[in-house]
Amino acid sequence: MSAGSVIGLVEAPLAVLLAPLLIGWIDQCRAWLQNRRGAGVLQPYRTLRKLLHKDAVIAHGASSLFRVSPYIQFGAMAMAAAIIPVFSVRAPLGVAADTIALVGVFALARVFMALAAMDIGTAFGTLGARREMLVGFLSEPALLMVFLTASLISQSTLLPTIVDVLGQIHLTIFPSLAFAAIAFVMVLLAENARIPIDNPSTHLELTMIHEAMVLEYSGRHLALIEWSSALKLFNYAAIGVALFVPWGLAGRAAGPMELALALPIAAAKLAIAGAALAIVETLSAKLRIFRAPEFLATAFLLAVLGLLVHLLLER
Amino acid sequence: MTTLPLSSQLINLGAAVLLLTSFAMLSQRRIVSLVNLFAIQGAALSASTAIVAYTSGQHHLYYSAALSVALKMLLLPWILHRLIRRLNVRWDTEPLINIPTTMLVGIVLVVFAFGLAQPISQMSTTIARSTLGIALAVVMLSFLMMITRRKAISQIVGFLAMENGLFFAATSATYGMPMVVELGVALDVLIGMVILGVFFFQIREQFDSLDLQHLEQLRED
Repeated sequence: MSAGSVIGLVEAPLAVLLAPLLIGWIDQCRAWLQNRRGAGVLQPYRTLRKLLHKDAVIAHGASSLFRVSPYIQFGAMAMAAAIIPVFSVRAPLGVAADTIALVGVFALARVFMALAAMDIGTAFGTLGARREMLVGFLSEPALLMVFLTASLISQSTLLPTIVDVLGQIHLTIFPSLAFAAIAFVMVLLAENARIPIDNPSTHLELTMIHEAMVLEYSGRHLALIEWSSALKLFNYAAIGVALFVPWGLAGRAAGPMELALALPIAAAKLAIAGAALAIVETLSAKLRIFRAPEFLATAFLLAVLGLLVHLLLER
Repeated sequence: MTTLPLSSQLINLGAAVLLLTSFAMLSQRRIVSLVNLFAIQGAALSASTAIVAYTSGQHHLYYSAALSVALKMLLLPWILHRLIRRLNVRWDTEPLINIPTTMLVGIVLVVFAFGLAQPISQMSTTIARSTLGIALAVVMLSFLMMITRRKAISQIVGFLAMENGLFFAATSATYGMPMVVELGVALDVLIGMVILGVFFFQIREQFDSLDLQHLEQLRED
């Protein structure tokens, strides 16, 4: 077993462990931008510990679906983390599932979250679930189109191959990838309940999307859901880095030196991505829910344009 | 896959920015941002024209690029901003069709334009021939914007953006029109802008609004 495959095995657990750190970093950056001191980058871990120590209260009439849903979500996100190359392309499940399957894994988590929210029968849960499905059905095609653009350039839908091919083309400007990158950022914001679509720290039930669905959860279930949404954001950020700035990611032929360098480079790229995300969120205002289709239609359009521009200009 | 030379890549990038600004204009609700987007489009146009001029050695294209910097990036946006301030119409424009639908129609237009340009651009020998499809798409998207907007000012911006698209088409297909024609078109656009500015005031005085739907109800009393 070579050093590369050992590191590949460590990659997914490391992603699961470090995901709350990214959320903490983004929140810290937002606090700095708003002239607040912030709670520190470790705050998500403290929240998780607190929630794990509390008892889980389950609503009357909740079926077993409500109970298993957090585990399914966490499992789906952890599996996605094993597919996505974070710092080396030897992610453990990297060759087992391609980008289209990855979109399916994200959809699985979303469907179970929406079902669990509807399971209790509260008004807010149903409202949140419907809104989430609205956002999901609009953002999924855009995400697929982004993946297809990258796949057309690299002639493969496997993420490790895409990263290998894109990482080796130096100094080539791909207008199509620029379109796809903007579309991807918009999808990332919408899918992860970030500010133009949803406010993760809102206390107003009427404007909630993601938070409305998890209102009934508590204790370890809530901890798992929080963790899996942190992991989802981490996964999306890692996909973005892998598709659009793949330089420094350890490829298939990487030696030990490159592998050693890949980890700090990936950490730096994710930190920059997090700070950029905080800036975007601070600069924009939350959209009305009826403007969300417009936002996501724009994302879809940009992704399709990327595809068309690739077919026209880059062949 | 073959790698293109850097200059072609830059021209393609300029073309992509041009297309992007057209779509941004199509989706924009605010008149002031519309004018700013028009200025950005002018900048992208002149940059790609300058790159075509540099790579092909066609010196008259430098004048074209300078002309579009002066006219489309600085003068026309300035005139438009001044008009907006003086007419006091800084609010939202009302599109006739809702924006997601407009953009989907826009995608169909882009596909159509790309398909249309494919055989034409294969006959051309210029360095920027593959961008002809984008130029056609910009023209059609500007048409679409003129059709779907109600307010006079956004229709004017659509008209000017269409001229950008034609200019880009000429550059990419045949290294630009003769200098005389280009100067004539530029002058026409400028004069048209001034006349339309006067028209705006007339329309507003008559109807208290720049909404062109009022013009459909004109009757002789």
